[in-house]
Amino acid sequence: MSKANIAFYWAASCGGCEIAVLDINEKILDIIEKANILMWPVAMDTKYEDLKKMKDKSIDVCFFNGAIRTSENEELAHLLRKKSKILVAFGSCAHEGCIPALANLFNKKLIFDRAYQETETTVNKENTLPMTSFDVKEGEIHIPEFYDTVKTLDQVVEVDYYLPGCPPTPNIVEDAFNKFLTGDLPPKGAVLAPVKALCDECPRKKKDKTIETIYRVYEKEADPEKCFLDQGIICMGPATRSGCGHQCIKGNMPCTGCFGKTPEVNDQGAKMISALASVLAVENEIELDEKKVEELISKIKDPVGTFYRYSLASSFIKRKVIK
Amino acid sequence: MDTNSSSPRVGVFVCHCGSNIAGTVDVEKVAQEISKMEGVAYAGSYIYMCSDPGQKLMRETIEKEKLDRIVVAACSPTLHEKTFRINSKNAGLNPYQCEISNIREHCSWVHEDKAKATEKAIKITKSIVEKVKNDSSLTDIEVPITKKAVVIGGGVAGIQAALDIANGGYKTYLVERDSSIGGKMAKLSETFPTLDCSQCILTPKMVEAANHPNIELLTYSEVENVSGYLGNFKVKIKKKPTSVKWDICTGCGDCYPKCPVKVPSEFQEGLAKRTAIYTPFPQAVPNKPVIDRENCLYYQKGICKICEKICKIGAIDFEMQEEIVEVDAGAIVVATGYQEYPLQNLSDYGGGRYPNVISGLKFERLLSASGPTGGQVLRPSDGKPVKDVVFVQCAGSRDIEEHKPYCSKICCMYTAKHAMLFKHKVHDGNAYVFYIDVRTAGKDYEEFYYRTTEEDHALYTRGKVSKIFEDGDKVVVWGVDTLTGKKVEIRADLAVLATAIEPSSGIMELKQKLKVSVDENGFLKEAHPKLRPVESMTSGIFFAGAAQGPKDIPESVSQAGAAASKVLSMFSADFLHKEPLICEINEDVCSGCGICIMLCPYGALEAEITTKDNKETKRSKLNEALCQGCGTCSSACPSGAATMRNDISKNMFKMIEVILE
Amino acid sequence: MEDFEPKIIAFLCKWCTYAGADLAGVSRLKFSPNAVPIRVMCSGRVDPSFVLDAFAKGADGVLVGGCHPGDCHYAQGNYKTLRRVKLLKMLLKDMGLEEERLRLEWISASEGNKFREVVNDMVIKIKEIGPSPLKKEESK
Repeated sequence: MSKANIAFYWAASCGGCEIAVLDINEKILDIIEKANILMWPVAMDTKYEDLKKMKDKSIDVCFFNGAIRTSENEELAHLLRKKSKILVAFGSCAHEGCIPALANLFNKKLIFDRAYQETETTVNKENTLPMTSFDVKEGEIHIPEFYDTVKTLDQVVEVDYYLPGCPPTPNIVEDAFNKFLTGDLPPKGAVLAPVKALCDECPRKKKDKTIETIYRVYEKEADPEKCFLDQGIICMGPATRSGCGHQCIKGNMPCTGCFGKTPEVNDQGAKMISALASVLAVENEIELDEKKVEELISKIKDPVGTFYRYSLASSFIKRKVIK
Repeated sequence: MDTNSSSPRVGVFVCHCGSNIAGTVDVEKVAQEISKMEGVAYAGSYIYMCSDPGQKLMRETIEKEKLDRIVVAACSPTLHEKTFRINSKNAGLNPYQCEISNIREHCSWVHEDKAKATEKAIKITKSIVEKVKNDSSLTDIEVPITKKAVVIGGGVAGIQAALDIANGGYKTYLVERDSSIGGKMAKLSETFPTLDCSQCILTPKMVEAANHPNIELLTYSEVENVSGYLGNFKVKIKKKPTSVKWDICTGCGDCYPKCPVKVPSEFQEGLAKRTAIYTPFPQAVPNKPVIDRENCLYYQKGICKICEKICKIGAIDFEMQEEIVEVDAGAIVVATGYQEYPLQNLSDYGGGRYPNVISGLKFERLLSASGPTGGQVLRPSDGKPVKDVVFVQCAGSRDIEEHKPYCSKICCMYTAKHAMLFKHKVHDGNAYVFYIDVRTAGKDYEEFYYRTTEEDHALYTRGKVSKIFEDGDKVVVWGVDTLTGKKVEIRADLAVLATAIEPSSGIMELKQKLKVSVDENGFLKEAHPKLRPVESMTSGIFFAGAAQGPKDIPESVSQAGAAASKVLSMFSADFLHKEPLICEINEDVCSGCGICIMLCPYGALEAEITTKDNKETKRSKLNEALCQGCGTCSSACPSGAATMRNDISKNMFKMIEVILE
Repeated sequence: MEDFEPKIIAFLCKWCTYAGADLAGVSRLKFSPNAVPIRVMCSGRVDPSFVLDAFAKGADGVLVGGCHPGDCHYAQGNYKTLRRVKLLKMLLKDMGLEEERLRLEWISASEGNKFREVVNDMVIKIKEIGPSPLKKEESK
């Protein structure tokens, strides 16, 4: 059997997903034995021109990490889609937008103002901002356009499979590689992780949920035996897909939701908002007037950053309205 | 359950309702627009869909067009949802695949602009078509019933409820924490408004309950734990150790006169003493003694055992242990009654400090022929006859700031009775009554009150008492007559406080065991204050008597009858039938986070823990019999495991979409 | 902007607000046709996902109608709704949507007139703040 052709690409991402590939350690050798890596910008030099010259569908599986932030990201998404038989959204950014998509709380102008003018270490008297084209003596150069809104990969091209996580954990990555290389694949569109929420694998003692009040992580030392929510610390576990090996939980930190929503859910944040608000003070709810409810709810800081840290771009609302 | 959403054939029937709808909504246009929707096989209109010809047309069209689900765009579902569901059932369809689009109350009747009303009618109907397309074929849920009842509380309400259920032919367990049934009523002297002797009318009922083949008395017992649900409760009852083998005790009564211990008698409200081995009162049912271990010399000091020596048949058993019995029951009646608001809380009146300031129940014992004074009204302090007595109404009731905000309801009448009975016994005595209002709503009550004031010349003063204090051997009552504005001072031999009544101690523990609610005053909370006054929010649990709110005897007895009739009507069928529009937990999705469990007002969701390969798995488990289908769990479920039958979220998104198109 | 007609989705609980709206109909009260009702068993059935989805699909306003506190047919569903709506409003604010677009009202089965007033008032207020900025481009 001939070797499979695979490719990796990074769009708007931190690079963590590249490390995630290496996190499978020596198993990568098995992969290289079975597959040719045609493209991997972080590790080897590939020119876009070379990619363009490849025959359509000549890549068997392309692992695309990063969100769509710029015109370059988008162009490559289209190009790789065309060249690949299977396109995989690898990691939370490509899957749901992840941290880069929190920039959807701003727009291009606000981001540029901040980055190129307002930051304390910047002196930019001429107010120079990135331009998409510029004349130099060698001719006109082009740089990619920075978009107002960060998108997920599947908002610009069709995606075949998703690997969740920020970054995907080695078990998930290894399992996915095996699936692709053996062709043992679930139906198209699947997220390659278990369907249940994190609580399913979380070993902490869980009570029937009632939360008296909310604590932020720094306000209370969490009992490592007990469910975070039972201790008043917001944990996204109930609304987040499992499969990560509950690493954060093991480190005595609550889940922040990077594996994204479970398959029966449309909007991870909305569901967690509903769950949390429902169980908050549920035992003495009839005694709370509207003002007290507001006080209680106001203990939840930064709803977007809490409930949509990874999924803002793929949520119903997707971005902040800026007038 | 089958979802044949693959290729639904929806039929849409738009009703003109004469001109009620057609006058403002272009019904033809609605039918025309709807007919363009995917999955709609037929859309037409008719002048009166609910009429016989309309329904016939519907049935014929179902057959002709091979429709498998129906939308009727007409009036509010409150009116004719049932009509059309039955009609589609008669045409061979599943009734739960027929839905109503309300284009009359919510559209034609409230709008004037025909174009806009038509547009809205189309949207409403489109959304309902989207719903019906995914509706599943459902069948009603059947829940089997254990035809046995548990009645908690052996006062008059509990006795009556138990008798009524038992007379209906069903086994009833009557649980009472004291050693005898009878409750507060057994302590009363005479009862208003007829002045029947309380014991005389109650004792036969107590005996009837004890001898009833369908009633099992569990006295000196308390409910330990309740599990299960409507039709299928499991009630664990703790039988406290009586230290007397009741199965062999003949109730001869030889033991207790010899007991050297003397402690205040609860039944006599502390006006007399009882022994450590005792029956609470001579007519007790069952008439068997118990040993009060707190006061018995043997249990406290390891000496005595006189009773054991006296008992010829060897019924005394100092080693007796408590016992837990578990009974199955289909229904539970809670009749735990009331207690008096503690006298010492009324410190302005010297409550608890002065022996001659007493509560209403204590006065009952003074009046009672079986009481410590043989019915003579004597001062508790020195046993001298009472000439002047002051009755203070609303002692702790109707006092939002310091005591109970509510009216205790029975005090106006029992105070009138007290004053009357006092005057009957002490002809030259004076009975003064301080009141805020006199409330005598009840059959023959006002007439009774009239007799107290006009024939027996009790002196009623409208006003609140500010202070009661001792002066020599008298109690001095300061008050104001608010009708004349004058201060009033009465030097009396006795002051009787008509203390507020409150739910019996232990109600908070019991409510948790039963998963029922109480109101802000601790009284059991009924499912609906007007329409479901004897039912709890938890199906299968009913209320009787003063545990639900202050009540007199006739009311307690009628409520007991009402609760019993609810139980009997439930027991008249072998299965309970309920609408299947309830929750469903997808076990393949549920992660066991536990969010939903506390949200269910009916306790229909429980965490189920299973262990497999040393791994504990937690899942929410639904009890179909309890779920009422509100959907609060489903909207809170963070993983989408809890869904509502025929109201799945996927539908909702489609409905929203077509409305906003 | 003159002819802007707000699109409002109204989630009405079956026992109170839906019945209140029925009463408005029976009483022949007249009001704006902008609110299209969706009947739910309890206001507690209103999943925040429904609300956000409605906004994402271009609703200019969302009304949630439930029983008055203490009157909920299911005892306490409406209390959950209150907390969810409060938290949702915090979220909407952070997402740059006007709070007034989401409205929670307790309307009993006997308050037909209140239902009319709430709908009318909501239409007026939303007309003031203008169309939802989340409206799809093509439906401008």
